[in-house]
Amino acid sequence: MKKGFGIKEVVAMGIGTALFVVLTNVQIPLVVVPNTALQPRMAILAFFSAIFGPIVGAVIGLLGHALGDAIFYGSVWWSWVFPEAVIGIAIGFFANRFAVREGGFTAKNIVMFNIVQIVANAIAWIGVAPLLDILVYSEPANKVFAQGAFAFLGNILVIGILGTILLSVYSKISGRSSDLKTEE
Amino acid sequence: MDRTKPIIEFSEVSFKYRAQSEPTLKDIDLKIYPGEKILISGQSGSGKSTLAHCLNALIPCSYAGDMSGELRVGGQTPSELGVFGMSKTVGTVLQDTDGQFIALTVAEDIAFALENEGMPQAQMFQKVEAIADKLDLKDFIGSAPGELSGGQKQRVSLGGVMACDVKILLFDEPLANLDPATGKRTIALIDDILKDEELTVVIIEHRIEDVLYRDVDRIILMDQGRIIADMHPDELLSTDILSEHGIREPLYISAIKASGAKIDPADHPRHIENMNIDPYKNRIKQWFKSNTEHKNEESSDTLLEISHLRFGYDRSRTIVNDVSFDIKKGEMISLVGKNGAGKSTLASLICGFYKPDEGTIRFDGQDIGGLSIKERGEKIGFCMQSPNQMISKPMIYDEVSLGLVSRGVPEDEIKKKVYETLKICGLYQFRNWPVSALSFGQKKRVSIASILVLNPGLIILDEPTAGQDYHHYTEMMEFIRKLRDELHVSIMMITHDMHLMLEYTDRTLVLTDGKLLMNARPEEVLTNEEICDRAYLKRTSLYDLAKRCDIDEADEFAASFINWERRKRQESVV
Amino acid sequence: MSRMISYEKKDTVIHRLSGFTKLVFFILWCMTSALTFDTRMLIVMIVLGGIIYMVSGTRWEQVSGVFLAIMFFMVINLVCIFFFAPYQGCQIYNSRTDILHLFGNYTLTLEQLFYEFNVFIKYFTVIPSVFIFLVTTDPSELAASLNGIGVPYTISYSLEIALRYIPDIQDEFHKIKNAQEARGIEMSSKGRLTDRIKNTAIIIFPLLFSTMERIDVVSNAMELRGFGKKKQRTWYSRKPLRAADHLTIAFSILFFVVTMIITFYDGNRFYNPFI
Repeated sequence: MKKGFGIKEVVAMGIGTALFVVLTNVQIPLVVVPNTALQPRMAILAFFSAIFGPIVGAVIGLLGHALGDAIFYGSVWWSWVFPEAVIGIAIGFFANRFAVREGGFTAKNIVMFNIVQIVANAIAWIGVAPLLDILVYSEPANKVFAQGAFAFLGNILVIGILGTILLSVYSKISGRSSDLKTEE
Repeated sequence: MDRTKPIIEFSEVSFKYRAQSEPTLKDIDLKIYPGEKILISGQSGSGKSTLAHCLNALIPCSYAGDMSGELRVGGQTPSELGVFGMSKTVGTVLQDTDGQFIALTVAEDIAFALENEGMPQAQMFQKVEAIADKLDLKDFIGSAPGELSGGQKQRVSLGGVMACDVKILLFDEPLANLDPATGKRTIALIDDILKDEELTVVIIEHRIEDVLYRDVDRIILMDQGRIIADMHPDELLSTDILSEHGIREPLYISAIKASGAKIDPADHPRHIENMNIDPYKNRIKQWFKSNTEHKNEESSDTLLEISHLRFGYDRSRTIVNDVSFDIKKGEMISLVGKNGAGKSTLASLICGFYKPDEGTIRFDGQDIGGLSIKERGEKIGFCMQSPNQMISKPMIYDEVSLGLVSRGVPEDEIKKKVYETLKICGLYQFRNWPVSALSFGQKKRVSIASILVLNPGLIILDEPTAGQDYHHYTEMMEFIRKLRDELHVSIMMITHDMHLMLEYTDRTLVLTDGKLLMNARPEEVLTNEEICDRAYLKRTSLYDLAKRCDIDEADEFAASFINWERRKRQESVV
Repeated sequence: MSRMISYEKKDTVIHRLSGFTKLVFFILWCMTSALTFDTRMLIVMIVLGGIIYMVSGTRWEQVSGVFLAIMFFMVINLVCIFFFAPYQGCQIYNSRTDILHLFGNYTLTLEQLFYEFNVFIKYFTVIPSVFIFLVTTDPSELAASLNGIGVPYTISYSLEIALRYIPDIQDEFHKIKNAQEARGIEMSSKGRLTDRIKNTAIIIFPLLFSTMERIDVVSNAMELRGFGKKKQRTWYSRKPLRAADHLTIAFSILFFVVTMIITFYDGNRFYNPFI
């Protein structure tokens, strides 16, 4: 396993942030509720956190969200920036165990990854985000919790499906495979 | 500079990557002296890049493995000094200029290593200005990488390593991503720098002919981890060592040899312009007389008809300007021109990624302007440069079947078609393998197979042989030719490779500033000096050879030689 | 991507300030705005923001598209607040002045209007500062500035890398998306949700994979050029601080402190005109 924090992690933070920002505009529309969409970039955050660890996850969450908000929406909603870092950190803590690049992202780790991401999303969107909204904007509690619950559902869905697919495909492709025989 | 003491000295160096069972370098003994300019060549897998990585300490510091023997570079031991320590002695210019250009502007990128050193800002300003001056980059000092051409980016990379006052410049495949004319200029620039500075230059490259545009002192040829030749270029070109080890000889050398002549090093064969040609002249003329081939125009039905195509992202800038041409069924076409000439835009227009402002595109007589990207995908397939930009499934079978699955084709039919395609592509025996187990060339085949399975009439390939050595290049191109012969599909290739264009295509479209400059047989294009200059192509050395032998029909000479060589290759396969 | 806010080279007082100064101002300004709910201070901030916006010479076209998008979002947000908690204002200000009964349990009150007006202007205190910061700060200076306020240089440099590769990755994304579309994989709004997510995976995966390769190349290149070995690094594009910078920083700090004093003077962050 990689030791500590090196140049590769610095570059992963930078390029991961760039990818996160580029995908800000890519959304999967939900038909059920108009004007809402899933954000595939959340899966990218989960992907980089699961591979490169908590610091990379936190920075991509913070920088990526702040930069994406700023250049596309001209404003930064800080109360929604910090929860992203929470998710990055939480998933990142288990990076060693997931062993994605070593081909270790199999059934057991997929379950683990999803438990972690659901808990992290709950803390982030049902905990941190509404709390900040109440503290900073004094917005009504029922409104911000409803909003948070909605973001929670959307994000566990997108990380749960898209994030899991991306990680397991990447793990299969980058891990070495042995015992292959050609078939005529 | 003491030129008698080696600046680089390998003694019995071996290296084995941790993940491999066989050593990649075996008992390397090599001395390079200060001020020398050395070309290290070999097929991919020969160990030449591994050798280079020993110099800048990426081996063994970043790529783990077992190293034995002794290596001294500039009086120091790289493995002890580490990558950072060696960066003050050896400056490495990587082949991926976009990867090496890290900062936001030219000036910052040149200053990158100085910033890491903690040099005070005022001093940095001076240094950067001096370097920009030397490399002719002053006008671009504030430009972002997106505004620069490949050649300019490479000069910035060079500036970035020169800023550290290194003693050795190491170029890792400097020609791989450049158009031929820019590559030529790079080689000239390296030569000029060497004249002004006390530097030692090591170039890793398999395109010998292009590097030899300017003199090198020695060529080191590697194969299977060993040095098999360490010679002056004149001597090496007089032997058959290059072709025996899968490296492309300069074309004019092959042609001289084809005439049955034996080359004498004393005639200085390293440059066609000033080699002593007299001893060979008559034999070559005679060979031409007995091997002249007139190409007959084969007529076939028209598949794609482009007329008066025009496109621009905004009104002020036209990228494709009034382009018209046809592609016939089963034809192989090359689309050439310098970076930014509009080649990929033209391909994107044909595939329907962009909508033209004016003009029509007909396929099999039908106007396809109204078809969606997906619908066009069934007629025209597009294959990106790197297979990794296309592969999205871990298993080969799933990857190839993807296009059919998304079109709702029944499962048993999918299986039949996928197996058929895999057989044609020579991948059938791997059908249940994961993509990760394949080599780069095989992955490329998978990405072509995944297009082919939709049964398109035309396939557009973006740089199908980029970054591949002669051996893999030949394998890939013979494969593509086989597809053409067996399936009768038309193939259009976007390429910088003049050999590819000469050897494998029936016709060449030359694009310059969005206009179609020429539409002719490749040998006509590559023997036309004016067109070559305007389109940043490199005239083939067969032209120079023909001229020097007083053969007027240079294009026919070129075509005859290429055909002769192809026949010979096919005979050797059978 | 037409409506993206980006730096424009100009020569105004704001442009001449060091990126470090602007970052300090930006952060303090955001904190001030986050902490206060004092209507008077919010209005002062809007006026100041407007003045700085004028001075910076930012053209309306540069930001109009984004501005309209925010307005749209704001309106939805304000309506949402009303529907979720029509009497939030009454709670905050401890008072109730009915204006109009709408339907059911929904009555429009003066307090609610005033509260929502405060939320509205609170958002608007931040917007001009983001605009101005992005439009007047040379991206090359950002990393140096982050490092200047104490962020480790490795993390600061990742911002420079991000800005450097956004255009390249953007470009690659479009190419890959096109090529995948030609194979028949579309990101459309048709089909089942899981299928749409799977299709997205098929399009994003090659981009992700080549991004991972890019990380390897770039980290090698950076290592070869000595990144990360020393404790400190200098910055080619850092602008030295001049008198105007010191004045701006002093003002930002002063403004923050004064606003905090005025806001919390009465032990409550709201300005209450109803008592």
